[in-house]
Amino acid sequence: MSSPETRSSQTEEPIVRLRNVSKEFPGVLAVDGVNLEIKPGEVHVIAGENGAGKSTLMKLLSQVERPTSGEIWISGEKARFHGPRHAQALGVAMVYQEFALAPDLSVAENLFLGREPARAGLVNRREERNRARELLERVGLDINPNRLVSSLTVAEQQRVEIAKALAIQAKILILDEPTATLAEKEIESLFEVIRDLKSHGIAILYISHRLDEIFRIADRVTVMRDGRIVDTLPVGELDEDKLVRMMVGRDIENLYPKAEAEIGDVVLRVEGITRGDVLKDCSFEVRAGEILGFAGLVGAGRTELARAVFGADPIDSGRIELDGREIRIKSPQAAIDAGIGYLTEDRKGEGLALQLGVDKNITLATLPAWAGLVNLKAERETAQHRSDQLNIRTPSIRRRVQMLSGGNQQKVVVAKWLETNAKVLFFDEPARGIDVGAKAEMFSLIGDLAKEGRAIVLISSYLPELLNMCDRILVMHEGQVAGVLSREEFSEERIVALATGAKEAAA
Amino acid sequence: MSSTATTTRERVPSALRERLSDAVSQLAAAGALIVIFIFLSIVSPAFLTANNLFNVGVQISVTAIIAVGMTMVIITAGIDLSVGSVAALSGVAGALTMVNMGFPTILGILAGVVIGAVAGAVNGFWVTVADLPPFIATLGMLTAAQGLVFVISNGVAVFGAPSSFRLLGQGAVGPVPIPIIALIVVALAGYFVLSRTKLGRYSYAIGSNPEAARLSGIPVKRYLMIVYIISGALAGFGGMIAASQVNSGQPNYGIGLELYVIASAVIGGASLFGGRGTVAGTLIGAFLIALIQDGSVLLGINTFYQQIIIGIVVWLAVYWDQLRRKKLQAESE
Repeated sequence: MSSPETRSSQTEEPIVRLRNVSKEFPGVLAVDGVNLEIKPGEVHVIAGENGAGKSTLMKLLSQVERPTSGEIWISGEKARFHGPRHAQALGVAMVYQEFALAPDLSVAENLFLGREPARAGLVNRREERNRARELLERVGLDINPNRLVSSLTVAEQQRVEIAKALAIQAKILILDEPTATLAEKEIESLFEVIRDLKSHGIAILYISHRLDEIFRIADRVTVMRDGRIVDTLPVGELDEDKLVRMMVGRDIENLYPKAEAEIGDVVLRVEGITRGDVLKDCSFEVRAGEILGFAGLVGAGRTELARAVFGADPIDSGRIELDGREIRIKSPQAAIDAGIGYLTEDRKGEGLALQLGVDKNITLATLPAWAGLVNLKAERETAQHRSDQLNIRTPSIRRRVQMLSGGNQQKVVVAKWLETNAKVLFFDEPARGIDVGAKAEMFSLIGDLAKEGRAIVLISSYLPELLNMCDRILVMHEGQVAGVLSREEFSEERIVALATGAKEAAA
Repeated sequence: MSSTATTTRERVPSALRERLSDAVSQLAAAGALIVIFIFLSIVSPAFLTANNLFNVGVQISVTAIIAVGMTMVIITAGIDLSVGSVAALSGVAGALTMVNMGFPTILGILAGVVIGAVAGAVNGFWVTVADLPPFIATLGMLTAAQGLVFVISNGVAVFGAPSSFRLLGQGAVGPVPIPIIALIVVALAGYFVLSRTKLGRYSYAIGSNPEAARLSGIPVKRYLMIVYIISGALAGFGGMIAASQVNSGQPNYGIGLELYVIASAVIGGASLFGGRGTVAGTLIGAFLIALIQDGSVLLGINTFYQQIIIGIVVWLAVYWDQLRRKKLQAESE
């Protein structure tokens, strides 16, 4: 913190200045007359709901998209549009949510892809490795640069992306929802790296949905809505309520409307589920009307446990009881027949058939058919009914789910599982990638389902979600159940202690 | 909660627009088909005659029948490279059952279809049980079936099937040749299966997202197996029609046929990434190819040029389809 560059004065020339920038897609004004200045050494958060124009704004800055009008100044010079490579040359680096790494190349090769240290076309591998080591050190990553990117964890790959930005000597680093796939511990360590970069005068443009993070990392916050900037404020002048109001444009009373549900008998009892090294002797039970949370670090086995119960992955041993009767689940099909549903964490990759319509996705698990013939009328009615019930905003139930917003896509997945009449529903990160308004709606829906007497398991990496929504929280650590907390025992410290395997947690 | 009136007003044009844009992907090929049709009607007096048009239909019937099965396979994000050699295998083996084993015509034809289905099941086995990529699984069958044809025929055409066997490829009901009737029946069945049955729906779902399909309780492997069996059976049926057209099982038949079959489906809007494709589109693709071939003959254009033209049509059709999809995607963001 005491290096000479540390104090970048706030009066300095901005690194990036946007003047009245607009971007129009056919029929949509995605970014509308935006004026914005980013100063060196600041963490500038862009907040806003999905569709607010954040991503488009980032694409304009990184020159993936050409602005329809307006000027972009970088380092005091007016930038001409020449595509992403040109933006990089100007010092603008972007880390996307889906990383742009080549999985089958090594870390070092990825870091210098397209600008290998070379002479006469021959890559100097030793220099490449040495420079890679330096860069990795700067982002706090202690790994062999010869390792293949595909062998790294998501958090490590993200660091490689950041190191790549350092390799091109970026002056401004754009991070698009960088914590979406990270666990709490990894988030803190990412923030350390960000603070270090900041102290070296690099500006960080940070897109996020998570309110708590904004207050932890931001210097200034710009809120966008409907393509326009609502306001830019120092973080000290904001609180959570004010921020949400600015983002949504209206008051949201409660993000986690937990309905009081009557808790009944045990519906699902799981005993001693074991699967290789991934799951070790996991047991739990969940009652009718109850919301049971699964907490833990990424990779602790929460998703794996849900998938094992759902029959998506084979298990080595273990017993599953539903309504007091033992059942054998060998496939998702068997689980669905028994009354268990699982809403995957990766909505697009595992939950939806994106090219099919809303209607066909809703009936995917319960296609009304007789002798192999689909009853199209019954299907249409079912889909329309669920679509109205869950308030899925789509111009038509035939619309491809690809075209819907994240929140509405998630509702389509929920509609599919409601249709199966499942008694037990696993929600795996149901709020990931959907905006604040849709989140409140999703949690209210989960509360209602519990109230109807369904047993709910809620998997989340975001503790406030679990602390507010759950009746009990099961904490996992390295494939084992580290503990189960009842509502009176809830505390962030306790959960983190159990999740990280700290000994005193047991006490 | 907007008023009902607004919601309905929003609903109608958008739904209509989406339906149209789905149809338009076929209209591009359909438009080309109509343009070529009109062009040929004007420049060649021999074109617009019942005789020539039936001829075009008969010429393309085998390709189009097999392409219906291929469309299903492509919708599941698969591919069946073996249809050409499976057609040859069925033609030769089917002919042998009649010539050597004394099968009556109907049973002989059925035997050809069953042999194709078995070949399809073997493809299905490699794709589902052994989890090989469809390209590799069916590439193996392409070679293996070709070899098998030569083994069982010693490389010699199989003549001597009962004379009634000719009816399948050369007969007619009234003025309409039987291969065209066969095509109509297969196409209608294919359309029905894809739009009205679980098999069809699940094919689209599997092609669009196999993991989502599995986690929704769909027995993915079973349905994939069925789809490959259907493709094999239709290849077998096509092979029997082709054999009947030349009165013999030809071991050299079907080399390169798979390319025309795949081209038909792709020109007709089927996506090799799965999840998209229709029988109507595939038929349009097949007839576009047929008109290019027929037109070349009528206008005396060298056969090699028609192959070049078909290649260009494949490029343009798929390129156009991609442009359209990118535009849709940009609008949704």
